[in-house]
Amino acid sequence: MSSVRETLRAELGAAVLSARGEGLDSVLVLDAGAVPGALARAQALGCNVLVDITCVDHLRWVPAGRGTPSHPDRMPRWELPKPPSRFKLVYRLMALDAGQGAVRERLALECWLEGDAGPASARSLWPNADWLEREVWDMFGVRFSDRPDIKRILMYEEFVGHPLRKDYPIGKRQPLLGVDDGAAPAALSDEELRPSPGGKRP
Amino acid sequence: MNATATQRRTYLLNMGPSHPAMHGVIRLLLELDGERVVKADAEIGYLHRAFEKQAEDDCWNNVIPYTDRLNYVSPLINNVGYCLAVEKLCGIETPERCQYLRVIASEISRVTDHLTCVGASAMELGAFTVFLYLMQAREVLYFCVDKLTGARITTSYTRIGGVKADLPEGFETMVHDAFRKVREAVRESDALLTRNRIFMDRMRGIGVLPRATALAYGVTGPLLRAAGVPYDLRRAQPYLVYDKLDFEVPVGSQGDNFDRYLVRLAEIEQGMRIVEQCLRDMPAGPVRSSDPRLLDAAEMADAGKRGETGRLSGSDADGDPTLEGTGERFKAGISAPAPDAVLPTKERAYGSIEGLMNHFELVMWGRGVTPPPGETYFAVEAGNGELGFHVVSDGSRRPYRVRVRPPCFFNMAALHTMLEGGTVADIIATFGSINMIAGELDR
Repeated sequence: MSSVRETLRAELGAAVLSARGEGLDSVLVLDAGAVPGALARAQALGCNVLVDITCVDHLRWVPAGRGTPSHPDRMPRWELPKPPSRFKLVYRLMALDAGQGAVRERLALECWLEGDAGPASARSLWPNADWLEREVWDMFGVRFSDRPDIKRILMYEEFVGHPLRKDYPIGKRQPLLGVDDGAAPAALSDEELRPSPGGKRP
Repeated sequence: MNATATQRRTYLLNMGPSHPAMHGVIRLLLELDGERVVKADAEIGYLHRAFEKQAEDDCWNNVIPYTDRLNYVSPLINNVGYCLAVEKLCGIETPERCQYLRVIASEISRVTDHLTCVGASAMELGAFTVFLYLMQAREVLYFCVDKLTGARITTSYTRIGGVKADLPEGFETMVHDAFRKVREAVRESDALLTRNRIFMDRMRGIGVLPRATALAYGVTGPLLRAAGVPYDLRRAQPYLVYDKLDFEVPVGSQGDNFDRYLVRLAEIEQGMRIVEQCLRDMPAGPVRSSDPRLLDAAEMADAGKRGETGRLSGSDADGDPTLEGTGERFKAGISAPAPDAVLPTKERAYGSIEGLMNHFELVMWGRGVTPPPGETYFAVEAGNGELGFHVVSDGSRRPYRVRVRPPCFFNMAALHTMLEGGTVADIIATFGSINMIAGELDR
């Protein structure tokens, strides 16, 4: 029996942009449009567990190896490949033999997003995609095309911004919430929203 | 006045976050029909401390203390998981003795994790005695952890490429004594609970998580094993030295609260068996050096601080392998020989300019380990299941991204399927049996 990875590669053809890794570290980089179909196909081929969905923001991924104001400690040792776009979404799948408890295969499907537009939700395939997608939205602001009213999960509803984006300063203050009298919370000035002096080390 | 027809309506009840059984960190929105739970919606995030954001702002080594705070009833497993992920990225292999030490640390933690879960969930059902017995047992294990790492909970025991220190003197005896007490406590709790009518009624057939649902929700660990799937990363993808050890993977059949309780009880025993095998089989540390120029570790460090480095070149520290001073000779057994990744011993740092520079290059702000650019995922079997670290490096001194795959997150996502259809009172039993640890759930 050929692996899910090889079957997907053969079936998706040009939608598989590249592949890397061996065995349990196998990764297929897909065209974003092909992701929902590929996930459904992977499930049909035996990937019964959705292990994780996560995202990486490549805004500060500096392709040339030199220091930048945001990365003063960059080592000039490496040449990094230029990221195709800002957000990369990673779906981590596993084919688990439920009888033996053995891992048949692990496969990560990656896709680069255009702007913050993510693919359609995987909730209908694996119900845990619901919370995982909520976290990706909450932390990175990636929109899943068929979930326009998606809810935050770790942050509260009034939170402004998406904290794991690279342009969200680590010491940033949030507006204080007053009594909910139906009125919108008082907006803080830009001055107040700036990172606090103690929040960032030299 | 005419009697009006009674109208049957459901109502909404907020359980938590300030409910004692919700540990102050979970809110359940319940739609109830009388005592029946029609719909349950869990709201999480009350303990979010921005672990992943913080990790991006610190050097690779400095993330280790934050990992203690993920699953705070088994912090050592988090330390081990993070370091293994970073080592995989760097291509560092640790010495065999170090791997045994990490297994010992992980398994002691697994036992404390399960003792806490069984004890706390029994207490929430009113079995306070069991809680006291098991907490006492956990305490003697915490003494061992304290002796090994210098702290009970905030252990930070592992280092990238090694561990902080070798086993302290008398550790083996201490662990054997502790295990005797743990076995006694588990036996007593087993006698009080396992065939207890009240306990069984509250646990059997309650909070059922069938195999198919567990798999669909990505549930791992004791919950999945209780549902009959013998998936254990220590067996399925052996890491460290687990493939050399003999242990069983206990499984349940129903996937109910009672099966989870039995699986955890069995895993406590298996964890202790693993530690005993490790203590028996682990290779000895480096033998005592025959070098005549063996200096007392404290004397050597003092001489280094005074600048008498001439005396020190070529001599070796006769250290105690523990936290008091990690002798250079012991280091070969507990750390990988990767000079640009592994911290030098204190004697080396104080006694030679190379050691001092090596130390500063690794710990100063803006300095540290630089894994090659790339990303990797590594998972270990934590107390609650698959704890995965997805680490991304851009070749700089700080992690570009550290993603934690917390096992609790998936257990909590599946919680509503276990609660719906049950009664309000069952929530306490079921919620206790999934061992929600907000530190790793909310990060």
